[in-house]
Amino acid sequence: MAAEPVPRREVVTRHPGSTPAHTAYRSTPYRPATEPPRALTPAAHAHVRRLIRRQLRAGLATGAALALLVGTLPLVFRYLPGTGLGPVPAVVVWLVLGVAVYPLLLLLAGRYVRRAERNERDYTRAVEGA
Amino acid sequence: MNQPYGVAAVSAVIVATVAVGALGLRISRTTSDFYVASRSVPARLNAAAISGEYLSAASFLGIAGLVLAQGVDMLWFPVGYTAGHLVLLAFVAAPLRRSGAYTLPDFAEARLESRAVRRAAGLLVVVVGWLYLLPQLQGAGLTLGTLTGLPSWSGGIVVAVVVALSVAAGGMRSITFVQAFQYWLKLTALLVPLLFLLFAWYADGRPAPALDEPPGFRGHAEVRVDDGVTLRIGEPLRVTVTGTVDGHRHDGEPVELAPGRHRVDAGTVLGFPPGSTVPERSTAGGDGGTSTGWAEPRGHAGEEHPLYATYGLILATFMGAMGLPHVVVRFYTNPDGRAARRTTVVVLGLVGAFYLLVPLYGALGRVYAPDLLLTGNTDTAVLMLPDRLIGGTAGDLLGALLAAGACAAFLSTASGLTMAVAGVLTQDFLPSPRGVRHFRLATALAVAVPAAGHVVVQGLSVANAVGLAFAVAASSFCPLLLLGIWWRRLTAAGALAGLVTGGGAALAAVFATVMGGPDSGWPRALLAWPAVWSVPLGFLTMILVSLATPKRVPAGTDAIMARLHLPEAPVPVPPAGAWKARR
Repeated sequence: MAAEPVPRREVVTRHPGSTPAHTAYRSTPYRPATEPPRALTPAAHAHVRRLIRRQLRAGLATGAALALLVGTLPLVFRYLPGTGLGPVPAVVVWLVLGVAVYPLLLLLAGRYVRRAERNERDYTRAVEGA
Repeated sequence: MNQPYGVAAVSAVIVATVAVGALGLRISRTTSDFYVASRSVPARLNAAAISGEYLSAASFLGIAGLVLAQGVDMLWFPVGYTAGHLVLLAFVAAPLRRSGAYTLPDFAEARLESRAVRRAAGLLVVVVGWLYLLPQLQGAGLTLGTLTGLPSWSGGIVVAVVVALSVAAGGMRSITFVQAFQYWLKLTALLVPLLFLLFAWYADGRPAPALDEPPGFRGHAEVRVDDGVTLRIGEPLRVTVTGTVDGHRHDGEPVELAPGRHRVDAGTVLGFPPGSTVPERSTAGGDGGTSTGWAEPRGHAGEEHPLYATYGLILATFMGAMGLPHVVVRFYTNPDGRAARRTTVVVLGLVGAFYLLVPLYGALGRVYAPDLLLTGNTDTAVLMLPDRLIGGTAGDLLGALLAAGACAAFLSTASGLTMAVAGVLTQDFLPSPRGVRHFRLATALAVAVPAAGHVVVQGLSVANAVGLAFAVAASSFCPLLLLGIWWRRLTAAGALAGLVTGGGAALAAVFATVMGGPDSGWPRALLAWPAVWSVPLGFLTMILVSLATPKRVPAGTDAIMARLHLPEAPVPVPPAGAWKARR
């Protein structure tokens, strides 16, 4: 079932003929549909893996921040009254869930985008400097 | 609500939709060529288009209704719908755009080189699309029913036909600016009436719902109960009854109701004196418990395991947004991965701005439309408020604007979903996928199934039904996308097993809930909020089966992983003729 060979699907946003051979790393992933897969050079491979690892870390950091700052709120609202601090005032809950969460999400998104783009710039620099 | 204004507003939106659909064949070809080929859709326009397609009837009507009925905990719905885009941004947006995939099955096939996985993904797209279409048609039925007094199922059928015609005639698929316009229409339709409503509320002496518990009628109120209902009454209540209560026929005379449960038959009109408490509706599903603690978070009101239910909702919405077929398609219009990221950030802002407004409708509804708690039509709160607070011609006009916004909400989402489902049906499931005729057949099929379902399954809360669609998407597509993008050892066998197990389990839970499975205790909670266990199940199955089939990691994995993550080099724009347009 999984083993049957399948013709590769075309990348329709990029005309195969127009694929620029800027770098060996770049042209390989965008190879035309009919060509058999080519292996990356070991050095290129290392660069790519490093980029993927760094991007994964950026994503996980964002996900962790989301889980920590927003995902724990139900527990806070539920168990804070039991800790002697008293119940969370209703107005606070409304303001947190109805208003404050949204700027926070935007902030996390902005930080993630900056970090991801920095990772990509570092990658480009590393490849060009190699 | 004044009928002529509302009917005119809704008709205008429907006519515009059909007209755009009819012209769509010509327009969509040129615009999609133009936009996709020149890669020049600005992030803001594209983001407005994504938001326009994303904000559905559940957002426009459902959330306010849930907030009205169950209070502050329901704010987790909009928070989850928005936060889902942050998760999408952090793990999926750029790589998905760089994969060049147009749909989820495209992605599955490109990444795993397997037709079987493609088919499984396609089947799930159809299922999630149908589940998501169901509440859209329900919202349509509610809106049109409120406007015209027609039975609610007929409104859903009307909209199903409109959507099918407009999609079959040419589709709204690539018309970015139409969807973007829909976003601004929805935001305006919500914002302008809200300003007037808040002003009226202020002038009324700012009655605060949180302090006014349990909710009471502010004036003398006549409430018609359209379906048979059992009411739970806390303290003795004197009402006038025209109809049947507890099996006794009354004809407009006052009746003293003792504390306890009372059966009210369909069609009965109850008259409440000013200041009396709104009785609780008690149903088999345990949806009561609406009268106290509205403003305090307790997890889901009326749930036996409220904290679990809240986390079920959080997991489903946070992880499910990335698996919605009509959202994924839109990422393809981004010029490149970087633009896809920036677009998603703008979507977060636009969707968040919309959700800042929605809960206010729920809170106002708690004060001015508490009778909806009794009739159970809380989803219509948004539409009723202008009439209740403002009245007169101004109230009618604002109500018409809200009706137009609601109409735009379910039309845009339903069109996007129908498009996605019909596309998958044509490509992967109907024989010889060629030609427009097949696509039209697929469109009819894509709409007919949820339309039939919506007639059969009445009385499911709009926002809850959407939550179930999210749960299925989160249990199947979320593992597929996350592992496919970030884990090179994923195999086709693993992906297939995970899709079937995670998606199948969530789907089974959904069906059990909709068909009225266990109505109390942990079994009910587990089935009603499946994401807590079905998402990990999907991930675990995918990982374990992949690890067990290490020899079947696709040969091109390294190349495709590189392609998913490498930044695009700046490319000069080639002439338009060099592009291959995709139909």
